[in-house]
Amino acid sequence: MSVLIYLIPVALFLGGVSLIGFLWALRSGQYDDLDGAGERILLDDHDE
Amino acid sequence: MSCCAPGSEDAAGLGVALPSDEEVTFAARDLGDGVRQVELSVPGVHCAACIQSIESTLRKLDAVETARVNLSTRRVSVRWRGASLPPVVSTLARLGYPPNLFDDPEVGKDGTLSELLRAVAVSGFAAGNIMLLSVSVWSGAEGATRDLFHWVSALIALPALAVAGRIYYRSAWSALRHGRMNMDVPIAIGVTMAYALSLYDTINSGAHAYFDGVVTLLFFLLIGRTLDHVMRDRARAAVAGLARLAPRGALVVAPDGSRDYLPVNEIEPGMNLLVAAGERIPVDSRVIDGTSDLDRSLVNGESTPNPVSPGAEIQAGTLNITGPITLEATAPASSSFLAEMMRLMEAAEGGRARYRRIADRVSQLYSPVVHLTALLAFLGWMAIDGDWHKAITIAIAVLIITCPCALGLAVPIVQVMAARRLFENGVMVRDGAAMERLAEVDIAVFDKTGTLTLGQARLTDAGSIEPTTLALAATLASHSRHPLSQAIATHRGVMPTVSFDTVAEIPGSGIEATRKGDVWRLGRADWAASGASETGTVLTQNGAVVASFTFEDRIRAGARETVAVLASTLGPVEMLSGDTPEACARIASALHLATYQAGLMPADKVARIRELAAQGRKVLMVGDGLNDAPALGAAHVSMAPATAADIGRNAADFVFLRESLTAVPLTLDVSRKAGRLIRQNIAIAIVYNMFAVPIALLGYVTPLIAAVAMSASSIVVIGNALRLGVAREAKKDERPTALQPSPEPAE
Repeated sequence: MSVLIYLIPVALFLGGVSLIGFLWALRSGQYDDLDGAGERILLDDHDE
Repeated sequence: MSCCAPGSEDAAGLGVALPSDEEVTFAARDLGDGVRQVELSVPGVHCAACIQSIESTLRKLDAVETARVNLSTRRVSVRWRGASLPPVVSTLARLGYPPNLFDDPEVGKDGTLSELLRAVAVSGFAAGNIMLLSVSVWSGAEGATRDLFHWVSALIALPALAVAGRIYYRSAWSALRHGRMNMDVPIAIGVTMAYALSLYDTINSGAHAYFDGVVTLLFFLLIGRTLDHVMRDRARAAVAGLARLAPRGALVVAPDGSRDYLPVNEIEPGMNLLVAAGERIPVDSRVIDGTSDLDRSLVNGESTPNPVSPGAEIQAGTLNITGPITLEATAPASSSFLAEMMRLMEAAEGGRARYRRIADRVSQLYSPVVHLTALLAFLGWMAIDGDWHKAITIAIAVLIITCPCALGLAVPIVQVMAARRLFENGVMVRDGAAMERLAEVDIAVFDKTGTLTLGQARLTDAGSIEPTTLALAATLASHSRHPLSQAIATHRGVMPTVSFDTVAEIPGSGIEATRKGDVWRLGRADWAASGASETGTVLTQNGAVVASFTFEDRIRAGARETVAVLASTLGPVEMLSGDTPEACARIASALHLATYQAGLMPADKVARIRELAAQGRKVLMVGDGLNDAPALGAAHVSMAPATAADIGRNAADFVFLRESLTAVPLTLDVSRKAGRLIRQNIAIAIVYNMFAVPIALLGYVTPLIAAVAMSASSIVVIGNALRLGVAREAKKDERPTALQPSPEPAE
């Protein structure tokens, strides 16, 4: 069972990374316009 | 991308004026470095091509730094450099997306939504990881391994309790502080007790810990709460995006002749104001120069425009239709007609403030029962075998198993489904309690102008006028924005267009034109005809009457069915109007309305609603004008069309964006169904407790049983709520109004 010593932290670390990723995306405004994000993929080019 | 032909270019011509550049500049925020930013609502955007055409065209304008469309909220945010505004408004209008300014103090991000999403994310992460460890415990981990798993779970649950639990603690605390009880109180107590007990057991190497239950419960409840918030937010944004009808300010002429745009609350009596055709009057004032026609339908329900000339007193909120006028303000904004209506509305705030939501009423009964049962369980087990740890464990198990996961979801999940269904049909719901109140209503009261009718004139005797004459009148009429002229202008038809040598609009009177030496006049009879014996609207050639026109207010689509359906399913239907008795009688007989009152002042409408309420009736008020706003506030529940005055829209519980009045019976139907499902859900939750509580009292509840029981009851409740969506029938026959394209659901 000693493998648990590694596996539990690894599982928590991976979960934590995705949680932090989500919180970062939330903070940087990526969830502000969900409808727009779906439509913008259809635009050909961006002038910026 | 052919979907992008909004066809709403004429919105500006229908009485909704574009915001002036001064108004937009006034609404902009200064970001420093000479950069300013303004947010405009563009209800017309709905696809990628719209985004591209708006963004690329605006970015090509001089001085514009960035332009970004937000499709979810249907807004565009424009950032530019320099003091003067680039021609953003006219560019947007030319592209076919007439913009408007909106009233929203929180222009930036929605703080509550971010907080809820963050809480959902944290509790979801915690729930997933703790479940993983719990499954190992349930499948037989023992001794040191089990203790380690419990310790790790306790560690993960702590931030979840802090971030996600805070929302419940705050709400429970504010309810308790005001001496009230809501659903969050038992949730907060149950969650805290369960965590404390589990922590105690973990320290003492106990066999059972409820960390998984605590966090999963928070996760489920937060999902329901977030959906509820998103739904309401969407409705709020859609209502906020509607065109503002109250002006923000006016062009003030100083004694030295200079002109300055001042916000409404800085306008003082005695100042001279310039109001162009198509703008609304900002404050109560007197005309000192110019003549025009005023549309007072939003102010007092009168359907026919009034001509005004110097000396006339006019009320704030009236729409100036035909000519520019100079006014002298007679009252500051704080004592203008609009402010007076606001005060009446606040004073009228009736049944709504006293209404208690179903969920709160249930928890009022539920919480004492549950907490008393837990206490009795503790005392009982202490009496039986005196083992205080066992007694506390069982008491807390009772709290956890009854912790109203199902009850906490029972109401919001149904209301989310109902609000979504209404949203798809163009009805915005302000909050869930509005649906509960609507389900109780037993009498409907309608305003006339703008509600049962569209407030747009229609020519009634087109058939009896000679076609060539009609075509000539229509050509003349197309030169004016006056509503009666526009009604005639729609009859241009297939006749060849007549050309005139000169055409001039005489505000307050009509249109005068010359053609081959003849003088043609279309307008008020006492001006156009030399004999002046006629009344109404006539077409004259050199003073002789050629044709006369009669008009009626167009009845809103679906009005007749709505009145009939409400009369059979709801109860009596009444009409209260500020218009003349003749106009009301005509509409009442067309709609088969037995009861109506004409010529009412705003306070009379409130009085009638109070009278009905005193008889024990629950009143549904549907109205649109400024004069209806106090009545909307006084009624048990209220609805307004999207074209209503701003304060009416804000006072209403429901706002319908489409033209047809059948939105009213539809909303009633959905609200009643929702009410039934809510009661079923509460019954399910109670039945569940009747089985679960005895098991808990006998001490047989392990964390595994608690998890299974809670999930099962939640799934049953959610499944029951989803039945509201299954019964959805496609209502595609209703067209969006020309004024506001209805928001299609994004899915």
